[in-house]
Order: sequence, then structure tokens, then C-alpha cells
Amino acid sequence: MAARGALPPRLRPDQRLSATSGPVEVNELSACYGERKALDQVSFRVAAGEIFGLLGPNGGGKTTLFRILATLQRPSSGSFRIAGLDPEGDRRALRRRLGVVFQSPSLDRKLTVRENLAFQGALYGLSGARLAERARALLLRLSIADRADDLVETLSGGLARRVEIAKALLHAPSVLLLDEPSTGLDPGARKDLRELLAELARRDGTTVLLTTHLFEEAEASDRIGILDRGRLLALGTPAELKQTVGGDVITLETADGAEAIRLGAEIGRRFGATAGAPAAVGSAVRIELQKAHAFIPPLVEAFPGRFRSVTLGAPSLEDVFVARTGRLFRENEPGEVAS
Amino acid sequence: MNAAGALARREIVRFFRQPSRVVGAVLPPIMAWVLIGSGFGSSFRAPGAAAASSSYFAYFFPGTVVLVVLFASIFSTISVIEDRREGFLQAVLVSPARPSEIVLGKVAGGTVLGFLQGGVLLLLVPVLGLPWRSSAFLGAIGIVLVVSFALTGLGFTIAWSLESTQGFHAIMNLFLIPMWLLSGAFFPMAGAPRWLQVAMAINPLTYGVAALRHGLAPGSEGLPSTELTLAVTFGFALLTFASSLLVVSRNPTGPARRALKKKKGPAS
Repeated sequence: MAARGALPPRLRPDQRLSATSGPVEVNELSACYGERKALDQVSFRVAAGEIFGLLGPNGGGKTTLFRILATLQRPSSGSFRIAGLDPEGDRRALRRRLGVVFQSPSLDRKLTVRENLAFQGALYGLSGARLAERARALLLRLSIADRADDLVETLSGGLARRVEIAKALLHAPSVLLLDEPSTGLDPGARKDLRELLAELARRDGTTVLLTTHLFEEAEASDRIGILDRGRLLALGTPAELKQTVGGDVITLETADGAEAIRLGAEIGRRFGATAGAPAAVGSAVRIELQKAHAFIPPLVEAFPGRFRSVTLGAPSLEDVFVARTGRLFRENEPGEVAS
Repeated sequence: MNAAGALARREIVRFFRQPSRVVGAVLPPIMAWVLIGSGFGSSFRAPGAAAASSSYFAYFFPGTVVLVVLFASIFSTISVIEDRREGFLQAVLVSPARPSEIVLGKVAGGTVLGFLQGGVLLLLVPVLGLPWRSSAFLGAIGIVLVVSFALTGLGFTIAWSLESTQGFHAIMNLFLIPMWLLSGAFFPMAGAPRWLQVAMAINPLTYGVAALRHGLAPGSEGLPSTELTLAVTFGFALLTFASSLLVVSRNPTGPARRALKKKKGPAS
């Protein structure tokens, strides 16, 4: 994230939006719906003050994991701790340390921004001058102070999401949990959101755990976990994960899936080991190679007219996903129920 | 208690910010009262009552007040389902607020709304020239409050386990409206066939309407005793509140979401 370097240093504890910082530990969580395993033995840790992105296609298990961590659903097996607290032990103490931003809005549209915050404060035992001061500070930090007395139903999507975040931060949680936070935001608002989360983690020491199906959002996390079909396939910083892909990636776009399979096989026969392992992914042939650029001229000469375009790129998180699953990220989406 | 108070306040603020709800809750029962009262006026004669003092308008009035309260409590508990669907409730459910605070807040909010709407109607009593005494009238106001609490608790118990407002409307038509029709609000128990009398005798709302009748028209005949009506009405209120607490503690997050049940793994 480019903006990080320019941020001021960490705030003194009394200036922070988080009262204390806390890690998240997830140990072998599983969740079953009848026969189907929505989550299968998922384990990871998030350090205090870290931004952790759970990346995966819709139906990959992100929402189930989010609901379990938000204490809305119990896992079939496994355990987790938030800021050292066990939900089966002291659930209310854990909830006081946790801020939750839902994908679907949780604001009351018939109340003003300030009334929504006052309501949230009451749920968390805040009232009077302390609540007013806290709400004022958050509205200023999130640049929504001028809309404080407007009904939520008059706000744009981006502003409403800011109010959601202000609401989740009101009780100074040490861990902020967000489900697909950029859903419904335009690119400008997404960028603002990423900067805000980075600021929260850097300056306030808040631990941020978010789910996303957007590569750009995952890219902005300190570490990511790739969740597909209920299993955690990869865990690491974006750079580490990309290094696991063997060099650069050549993508040849062909007419259709069948042609991609044929072309992949022919490239393998023609060039042998020099071509690495060409793989048909959707209607494209994908080749991972060190020094891939040198391989493009011979490819173009050997198979003229067989592909519509050829692209060369450093590996992206999407390439990591394809390399781990053999599928395109979007292939999962048809037939899934977004939730 | 902080959380319960905030939930109750929100319920009331929301009500007054939606003018259609204010109109929708009070006007239809008053229309029903005027139309049905006019229609039945000449042919109705309450058993055991002196013909001169008992117009159908007067007979039907306590039942109309209870209908206003019933509508108010239905609308305010339907909001449990809407809050869940729109996402508002999820933030409440992940907060440290206790389930009992959530129940108390919602039910108290609905009770106040039911009481205000029923109370507005009671203000018409002197204007309409209905027979009344001030001490009994104060009692009637108290009864409206307790009946409102009982019906809101009943609505909450039903709404908590439902996923859609359509489901609530079905239950309203099949259960809540018949409960009102068989409460003595519409016709007296005395003249009804035997099987209806049994249904009316076991209907707790019968005693709420009768208690209100005792308050508005002291000395009414053909009703259960004042003591019995008060005891059953308070018992009904406690029972529905207890059942609200029970459904929430049994199922703290409400009905499981359909989307999760339907969701299938991608074909491999």
C-alpha cells in the first residue's frame, strides 16, 4: 500500500481508537451443513495490529468463517480466541473486544448518524459525555462529522459504510472484523477504505481481519489466507505467495476451452521441458516459466493464428489461486449463492 | 438496562418517523368501529343489559381499543423480522447486550406504542358520551397497558422464529385475528353457541377485553368477575414475556439463514 510510508508514527495509547490490541488465533475450525463441509480444519493466526485478508471465491467458506468469528454461529469443531478470549468461556467479554462490520448494512436508516452511534453505544454500555466524546472523535476521524444529524437513508453507499465502521469502532475494539467491506463501493471509496484500515492498524494498533473476493483488496493486506471449498490453501504475505508461482506467467487466449486443451498439449509436445507445464485454464493456456519473455517469439512462430492474444506478466494473486487450485477464480461463481 | 432502554426508544422514534404507520394503526379500527357499530346498531341487544343503555357502539368500543392495541403490537413485533432481514439485528446480536435486555427492549417499545395508540382511543370516551367513571377509567388505562404488554410478548414470540413477514401475516390471519374475534370484543359470550363459548372461555384475550369492559362500563353483566379478569390478564402478560425470553435463549440468533442451507459446493 503506497500510502503507508507517508503515515505518521503510532499514536500514544490515549490517542488511539483501539483501547488495547489483541491477536486472533484460529485452531482447526470446521463447520458442516449436513454432509457438506463449509469449513475444513482451518487454522491461522493474526498478530495484533496486523491486516489479514481472507481471500476466496463466493462459496469458499469466508462467510461461514466470518459468522463463527463474529460469534453468530458455533463451529462444528475446533476453537478460536480473540484477544486471548475464548467464546465458550466469556462470550460477553470477547464481544466487548470485537468490532464487526457486516456486508449488509446494520444501520437503522430511519435514525440519524448520531442516533445510530448513540444506540450502538448503549449496546456496549457507553453513555453520556464519554459516548458523545467518542462519537465526535470518530465522526471527525472518518470525515462524516458534517452529516452527523442526517438520516442514514440520505447517505451515499460510501458514506454509509464509513458510518458502519465508526459504529463498529465506537467501543474501541482491539479486533475489527469486516465481511466484504468494499461491496457496493466505487473505486474511489474502496481506496479510501483501504487507507482507513491501514491507518487503523498502523496508528491505532487495531487488528484488522477482513474477507474479500477482490485481489486488489487482498493485495493491500499484510498477510492473506486463500480459502477455497472450505480449506485454507495458502497463507503468507502477498509477495511470499506470488513467489511460490514459478517465475512469470504467459497467458495465451484461444477461441474456447477445447482449443486451449489442444494447444496446451501441442505446446508440450513441441517444446518439451522448455515450455514448463502448459495448463488449460478456461479458454486460455497458461505457462509459468523463469525468463518467460524469451519464450514468446518461438511460441508465436510455432503456432501462428492459434491464439487471439498473448500476455506476459509477473505472477498475481490470481495466478497463485490458479496454481493452487487449477481453476480460474471466477469459475466458482455460477450457481453459488452469495451470502 | 441501558441496552433495553435504547432498543425501546428506537422503536418509538421509528414509529413517529413513519407517518403511514401512525395512520395505519389507528384509523382502520376506528373505521371498523364506526361502520360495524352503525350497521349493527339497531339489531343488536346485549344479553342481560338494559336495552336503553347499550348501543352497539358502546358494546363494540372496548373491543376496538383492544384491536388497536393488537395491531400496534403486531406491527411493532413484525419489525423483529424486518430488523433481521435488513441487517440491523445482526449488530445487536454480536454486541454484549444480554438476550433478556433485547427481549425487554423490544417488548417495552411495542408496549408503549400499543398503549399510546389504545390510549388515544380512550380519550374519545367522554366525547362520545359513553358511560364512564373516572376511577374505573384509570383502571381501564392500566388494563390497556397490560394487554399491550401481553400482546407484544405474544407477537415477539411468534416473530423471533419466523424468516419472513409473509409468515407473520399468515399467523395473524389464522390465529391473532380469530383470537380477537373470539374475545367478546365483537359479540358477547352469553348468546354464542356452546362450542364457541368454550373457545372464548379458554381465550386469554377474553379476560383482557372483559377487564376493560369492567373499567369502561362498571356494573356490566354477563362477564367474568373483575378479580378473575385481572388475574388472567396479568398471567397472560407474564406468560408471553416468559415465552419471549425462552425462544431467544433457545435460539439466540433466530432462524438459520436459508442461503447457507441451500448453498452447495461447486461441482468438481
